[in-house]
Amino acid sequence: MRALKLQISHLFLPISVMVLLIIINLIKGADYFNITLVNGALYGNIPNILFGASELVILTIGMTLVTSASQGQDISIGVSATITSAIFVLFVLNAGQVTIFTILAGFLISCIAGLVIGAFNGILVSVFKVQPMIATLILLTGGRSIAFMIDGKLSPILANDISNQIGTVIPGLPLQTPIILTALFIVIVAVVLKTTNLRLYAESVGINPSAARLNGIDPKKIIFLTFLIMGVCSAVAGFIAVNKAGRHDSVNLLKFIMMDAILAVAIGGNSLIGGKFSITGSIIGAYTIEMLNRTLLRLEVETEAIKAFKAVFIIILMVVASPVVRVFAKKALDQIRSSLAGIAVKLTGAPKDTAVSGTDASGKKEN
Amino acid sequence: MNKKIFTIVLILAIIVPFALFVGCGQEAKSSLIKVGIVNLPPEESGYRQANVEAMNTVFSKDNGYDAKQTNTGDNSEQIAAAKGYIRDGVDYLLISAANASGWDDTLKSAKTAGVKVILFDRTIETDPSNYQAALVSDMAYEGKMATDWVLNSVSQPIKLVLIRGQLGSAAEIGRSAAVLDAQKAGKLEIVADGTGGDSWSLEEARKVVEAAIAAGKDFNVIYAQNDGMAQGAVQALEAAGISHGKDGKVKIIGFDFNRFALRNVQAGYWDADMQCNPRQAAEISKWIKSGKLPSGIQYQTELLLTTDTITDELIDQWGINADPGKGVITR
Repeated sequence: MRALKLQISHLFLPISVMVLLIIINLIKGADYFNITLVNGALYGNIPNILFGASELVILTIGMTLVTSASQGQDISIGVSATITSAIFVLFVLNAGQVTIFTILAGFLISCIAGLVIGAFNGILVSVFKVQPMIATLILLTGGRSIAFMIDGKLSPILANDISNQIGTVIPGLPLQTPIILTALFIVIVAVVLKTTNLRLYAESVGINPSAARLNGIDPKKIIFLTFLIMGVCSAVAGFIAVNKAGRHDSVNLLKFIMMDAILAVAIGGNSLIGGKFSITGSIIGAYTIEMLNRTLLRLEVETEAIKAFKAVFIIILMVVASPVVRVFAKKALDQIRSSLAGIAVKLTGAPKDTAVSGTDASGKKEN
Repeated sequence: MNKKIFTIVLILAIIVPFALFVGCGQEAKSSLIKVGIVNLPPEESGYRQANVEAMNTVFSKDNGYDAKQTNTGDNSEQIAAAKGYIRDGVDYLLISAANASGWDDTLKSAKTAGVKVILFDRTIETDPSNYQAALVSDMAYEGKMATDWVLNSVSQPIKLVLIRGQLGSAAEIGRSAAVLDAQKAGKLEIVADGTGGDSWSLEEARKVVEAAIAAGKDFNVIYAQNDGMAQGAVQALEAAGISHGKDGKVKIIGFDFNRFALRNVQAGYWDADMQCNPRQAAEISKWIKSGKLPSGIQYQTELLLTTDTITDELIDQWGINADPGKGVITR
């Protein structure tokens, strides 16, 4: 019960931001939640958001772990995904007949490539103690050239039915495939976090590496591990992105997505200097950003001003999210709650179970 | 001890791959025409890839050139390279500048050294007397051609979705201008106006069209300022079950002549594509060989191909990037 309460207060920020956006959208038009069936798949604003945010959500999960343990951010995620998906495309195009097995094999190979990239970044950060942002800057700078070379200096085309179905809809399923893949990925991450000590280890390393080491947790290993996971996340996101696009464009694929991913982690109520984290918050944060992008389009903000509007929105969100405002809001909320409880006590005469804690709080204040 | 070895191995593992990238220089001396080429890196875009490739094939030894090339996106590196070529005493200096300003001194020193400067693809903000000639694509011309196609082949009333590329780029400004003028003149209506913001991304284009569909807007043509964005727009139409292309409700036009886009036009999946020609090298070589250099800004003639006018030869000759093959649609 207590844990649940703690989590809800943690998620207060991302959820409130999302609710705010939903309200704005509903004011603009009551048809916001309308869903229709097109080609056997659900279609509407909400499926569009789920579809559009799939890569961002997956990358945000990895980013949350990296942020927690390494106290910094991986800014090479979009580029890593571009490299891994280039390898995927290279494999699939050279495998001859495209079957579900070649796609799967290509995916696994791209995951291995993701692990290699993660290991490269991870070694720089954990062994050589390079700041994460600097370490990953190397790939951010040079990675797209590497992907370009893998592509054979062209934008190879993935024009086959299986890729197309992965990027759109598999006949018979009511949801677009990227949405299903993202949901699967989230489930896998949830199971891993539930069954392993990863969360505890990552958080303790992020809060205080020396203390973690004294307690038998090797910070190097944990930081390295989070970068490996980040690498796999990049590979999965790259896989989805390239199948959506049907073409490998090493210049534009997932460009600037690290900005949104870092933002999603922050909106999710996570500290960007590591420590405790909430994956749920980050995921909601990622969907919120996608919703924000589309809200601006829905409001028909002038084309030239759209980025500025996004920035203003984000500033407002971050100020609202800042600890200063949060503490203030919590105090105000407590006060309202206790005074309400007081009124309830007076009205009913006898305190109910739920009101007991409230009376305690107001009693304390009088002392 | 073990740990030390491990660390050394790690350092090597990181350094060695980079060392492999370091290429080796070439040397050549003869009576060939000496040309210095300052260009942007091929990984910038499919356009630049085709551009650099054309430079390499045209300005080769077999064609009588001794060409040196620097490809970088950094303006100061470009200027340094240009100065180096002037010192080397090249006959011609070909420049596609990363930044339109900051070149005055370099161009003047080229002039005093007797080096003929030819700009390609991008102009430089400087006095026209500082360079011999410039061969560029006229983005406004491209926009006009495409808009004329829209006005002539889309059924009235024309309701257009405009998808702009990177805001403020020469291509975006030029390609938007004619459409915006046509709207002012009342020849067409722009029902949605979106952009990739800082990029030319497929995802952003898709979102713009999705938003237009969700808002219940009626439109019958999509004017996307590059092929990737047209592709994203069509994906949004497909997901919403809206017909497009030759026999469809919504007409599609893209820009840049990517081969996949031309194949889509050929298959009737899209309707038209407007060229942006990256192969200035052949024309410039013709100027040099004939000895008759034009002066001032020269515009390239460029094509607009539709489902009716497109042929395999044209795709092969003028397309850029990978060819998916005849009849293959890139969704």
